[in-house]
Amino acid sequence: MKAPAFRYHAPTDVAQAVSLLASLENARVLAGGQSLMPMMNLRVAGPDHLIDLGRIPELAGVAQVPEGLLVGAMTTQRALETSAVVARLCPLLSEAVSNVGHQQTRNRGTIGGSLCHLDPGAELPVAAAALDAVMIARGPQGERRIAFADFPADYLTSTLEPGEILTHVLLPVASARAGSAFLEFNRRPADYAIVSVAAHVTLDEAGRVAGASIAVGGVSHAPVRLADAEAGLVGALADAAACAQAGRLAATLACDGDDLYPADYKQDLCETLVRRALGAAFKRAGAGHV
Amino acid sequence: MTSASAAPARPGWIGRNAARVEDDVLLRGGARFLDDIVLPDALEATFVRSPIAHGLIRSMNLDAARALPGVHAVLAFTDLRAVLTQDDIPLALPAGGLRFDVNPTCLVIHEACYVGEPVAMVIASSRRIAEDAAALVELDLEPLPAVVDPVEGLEPGAPKARLSCPDNLVAKTKVDYGDVEGAFAGAAQVVARAFRLNKGGGHPMEPRGVVARYDEIADQLTVWNSTQMPHRAKAMLVETLGLAEHQVRVTTPDVGGGFGTKAVFHPEELAVPAAAMLLKRPIKWVEDRFESFTASIGEREQVWTVEAAFDADGRIRGIRGTLRYDHGAATPYGIALPFNAATNLIGPYALPAYRMDIDLCMTNKTPAAPTRGAGRPQGTFVMERLMDAMAQRIGLPRDEIRRRNMIQPGQMPFTIPVKQRDGSMMVYDSGDYPECQRRALEIAGWDDFPARQKQAREQGRYIGLGLTNYVEATGRGPFESVSISIGPSGRIVVSSGATAQGQGVKTMLAQVVADVLGVAPESIHVVVGDTSATPAGLGAYASRQAVTAGNAAYRAATLVAEKAKTAAAELLEASVDDLVVNDGRVEVNGVPGHGKSLTQIARALAGTPGFALPGNLPPGLSASNDFMTSGLSYTNGCHLAEVEVDPDTGGVKILRYVVVHDCGRMINPMMVEGQILGGVVHGVGMTLFEWMRYDADGQPLTVTFADYLLPTSDVVPRIEIHHLESPTPLNPLGVKGAAESGTIGAPATIVSAIEDALRPLDVRITQVPVTPPQLRALIRQAQVAESAP
Amino acid sequence: MFDPRPLNVTVNGATVQRTVDSRVHLADFLRKELGLTGTHIGCEHGVCGACTVLVNGASVRACLMLAVQAEGCAVQTIESVAAPGGALHPIQSALARHHGLQCGYCTPGVVMTLLELQRESAGRAVSEHEVRAALSGNLCRCTGYQGMVDAALEVLNAPAAQS
Repeated sequence: MKAPAFRYHAPTDVAQAVSLLASLENARVLAGGQSLMPMMNLRVAGPDHLIDLGRIPELAGVAQVPEGLLVGAMTTQRALETSAVVARLCPLLSEAVSNVGHQQTRNRGTIGGSLCHLDPGAELPVAAAALDAVMIARGPQGERRIAFADFPADYLTSTLEPGEILTHVLLPVASARAGSAFLEFNRRPADYAIVSVAAHVTLDEAGRVAGASIAVGGVSHAPVRLADAEAGLVGALADAAACAQAGRLAATLACDGDDLYPADYKQDLCETLVRRALGAAFKRAGAGHV
Repeated sequence: MTSASAAPARPGWIGRNAARVEDDVLLRGGARFLDDIVLPDALEATFVRSPIAHGLIRSMNLDAARALPGVHAVLAFTDLRAVLTQDDIPLALPAGGLRFDVNPTCLVIHEACYVGEPVAMVIASSRRIAEDAAALVELDLEPLPAVVDPVEGLEPGAPKARLSCPDNLVAKTKVDYGDVEGAFAGAAQVVARAFRLNKGGGHPMEPRGVVARYDEIADQLTVWNSTQMPHRAKAMLVETLGLAEHQVRVTTPDVGGGFGTKAVFHPEELAVPAAAMLLKRPIKWVEDRFESFTASIGEREQVWTVEAAFDADGRIRGIRGTLRYDHGAATPYGIALPFNAATNLIGPYALPAYRMDIDLCMTNKTPAAPTRGAGRPQGTFVMERLMDAMAQRIGLPRDEIRRRNMIQPGQMPFTIPVKQRDGSMMVYDSGDYPECQRRALEIAGWDDFPARQKQAREQGRYIGLGLTNYVEATGRGPFESVSISIGPSGRIVVSSGATAQGQGVKTMLAQVVADVLGVAPESIHVVVGDTSATPAGLGAYASRQAVTAGNAAYRAATLVAEKAKTAAAELLEASVDDLVVNDGRVEVNGVPGHGKSLTQIARALAGTPGFALPGNLPPGLSASNDFMTSGLSYTNGCHLAEVEVDPDTGGVKILRYVVVHDCGRMINPMMVEGQILGGVVHGVGMTLFEWMRYDADGQPLTVTFADYLLPTSDVVPRIEIHHLESPTPLNPLGVKGAAESGTIGAPATIVSAIEDALRPLDVRITQVPVTPPQLRALIRQAQVAESAP
Repeated sequence: MFDPRPLNVTVNGATVQRTVDSRVHLADFLRKELGLTGTHIGCEHGVCGACTVLVNGASVRACLMLAVQAEGCAVQTIESVAAPGGALHPIQSALARHHGLQCGYCTPGVVMTLLELQRESAGRAVSEHEVRAALSGNLCRCTGYQGMVDAALEVLNAPAAQS
């Protein structure tokens, strides 16, 4: 099937893009196109205007800034995957992005496109949730920062205002004695996750958990943080028992299920993947008990 | 033995891994697939398709679509009917057993019976404009209840899948022989099982497609069709368009896979040529993937309830049960698929008594027609699961129970009292089933596996080894044609009714002819899949082309060689008995250089005005043969798979896969292995990934490759293939088919391995594909049962 | 609606200037506008990989990229891999040798994917796991992938490839 007709716009700076988006009826932003193009080719999406962000140089690239790692929304997934800076400063993002699709889609797909599309099976929103990423958007009223927790609105919908464009994502830099892991379960390695888990922990000098964040994807329209499990982990010994306990809590998550992947199955996956991801994160943080 | 003469045993091209003549152009991107055919003045078509599973057309407003710039025509059935001789497409096979035939129509007349059934046709200057216009067609359908499940559809009070049919029971038939009641009455053990195997498809990477051009001046219709059976397509067009044979040419370009999907004649294959005649413009239609999921045939949905009776020592006494089969919304293949399933159940085992009652249910799903394996994987699955169940019941190793029941090589040919489509009995022609299993067990390390398994379990890993034996009826007749002609250019041209979708048919035919004529395969020009090059032919189905076309090529080449020798004897004034054909020449044996090239002989046989032909032979260095089969040749194999199950996720990983395969004499072992590899992976898909799902209203749920999961390179194992060669006595080359065998063995093997891995939990799998949630649920039930006080 | 856009792109080393309807994806542009029919369309929703081409050296799904997005880019298709009538690329000949193709419909995409893997792995050995991961974005229904994997391992791990 072929995409329905639209008018194509290729602004060269963010101001132009914002102005186009704010002024045109039924306009959509085209990032890497790896989700929007299939929807258009299947004629389930039919924008009248397509605003291609691919010609705006300021939107691509990774930079270390005082607040952390600043990633341009149009940075490709492949660029993140192969970035030594990302691997060093934000290994959770590296690991998550290597699980996204195939290399042919990672070569075009962008971090911003994935975070704004918010597919429940997508990997990057789960990593962003675990990392408390800050979303930086620009719109007709100027720049705005949105905590990732406030970013998803509904199924495949963000809280970006009409006319707003995600320009950058700000990610924290991993500290010493920190460890993280991204795990997902799917039928084939490159598929969207049925359930995915991103875990990030920091340990104190005694090997106890100083802080933990665990995000689960695939269970709801947006990634879910396991607040109870995170709170319970603080001060606990980073060992297998702690992993198992967090897993048991994860198994009580309310999950959206369907005939193929029922809710109780997803709860089983939550338990297993949280337990395993946490164990891997502990190990990478230097814990000796897992 | 039979009267068939044995092929020569001298070293030649048969049996060699000859390089494929097809590859070079494919590798360079220079092949011509259907969508690569560009005709001047051609228009492009798309179809408006039924969005619901069952409904009556109340109204259809085509005005807005017709008014869109770039649109040339929007056609409903009544528009196309002007060039048709009849409403329906007369597909029905003559086989008995059907209570009623339901042939499709090229466009829906009143009643739409599955999602994707073509209702109207839009023809425009480009595909994208045609699709824009299709979206403007206002189709008003009155919804009717849909029949989705083949079991529920046969229950009293079920809605009708087609209003014109008396009910949904398309056919009630059976396979029945021996004293089944007696077998069960005297049994030491009976196991009962129920299985459901779900719907899947062929899914060639190139979808279907048709280009049609009607030449008014010549009054000729040329159709390029990405089909496995161009001769059958031509017959349909001749009949439905009221044309004579010489007016229709159906030819196949390079075809990007078939797997059964492109065998049966689909409605679009008539609609496009009919529209080209109506509009007097060339028209191209290329199926997109969404159409492919909804409008192309698939199959495999079968629901079985079976019991097997055994003696105390594990010898099988009889099997009985019921098979309910999802026929979809039309009956293009009669009872062929469930009959294949029920008979292939028997496999390599001596089954003394057997009764399977078969009900075919019409449903509001895309019509079912053969897909690689054509019902047989399901039958084999059922038998092999029964074998495992009985082995477990009586505490016999899984290999031993099979060994005890196997037909022995000394019993060949082995007759099973079941009548087939052509009226003959099932006869296994050759094979050594016990040796095949013995080899496979040895290669896979069967005897050492329990120790490895125990060790793995101590580490918390669940690994298992599965085992399956099966047969496949190959080389279905009635015939295939080959003509060989060497003209004054000296070029050897082979044309056949066989067709090519990637199997290497051209290479196979070239190798056979090269072997006989002593030339290199790449020097031979092979034409397949063109009704203008070969008046009669059948094409690709039932793993048949090496058997039928291969032997036709062998016989035709032998005739050419004999004629060349007869002519050369005249030209050289030598005795025919002293002549040999070698390296493209006929020479006097033992006198190298004293001879005539085939080109020289061909020139002499082309005739010179006023002069006699050498030896008064008929003109032309050419010969034809229609190889007519005298029964099916049975390929067999033994598969072993080692898997690991993650009990926490229900995930299954195939760690190792071993095939020992016997398809008789191999013409090109590399290509045989290619068939087995692709077949096994199709079977891996059927077992773990592929499932054409519908909701309760008959709405398909898996219409993209993101939802219908084909096996990818990172989920399939390395497959180790070994061969036995038990030549069949049924044809001169001793060859059997190999194209579907891999698929037939895989589901039973993998499921056997999964159950073996989970033996401590005694998990019993009843459904294919095995999805992680289903497997996890079975594991959880078993864990709960185990931990209960 | 027709939304004509100028397009300047380098295809297989040649500069191409065309006016293109903005909704035409790169695969259709290559096939229909330029007649480069070696790039095949298998799904048009970005899963099968049959339409894989290289854009600025990176493998992409040509069905998920508008032709206009290739403005200023260098596109490489299967037609450029071996000179017409010339010797096949080592990856191509290895595919034939290992029976890594049957119907050949997915083959151009497979070759383009392997070219990228070859470039990225130059100078080091690749594992079967890596090759299978790289090829996982190219669906093949015929071969079971084994011949492709073996062909890739042979060429990419040949002594000359790693020197």
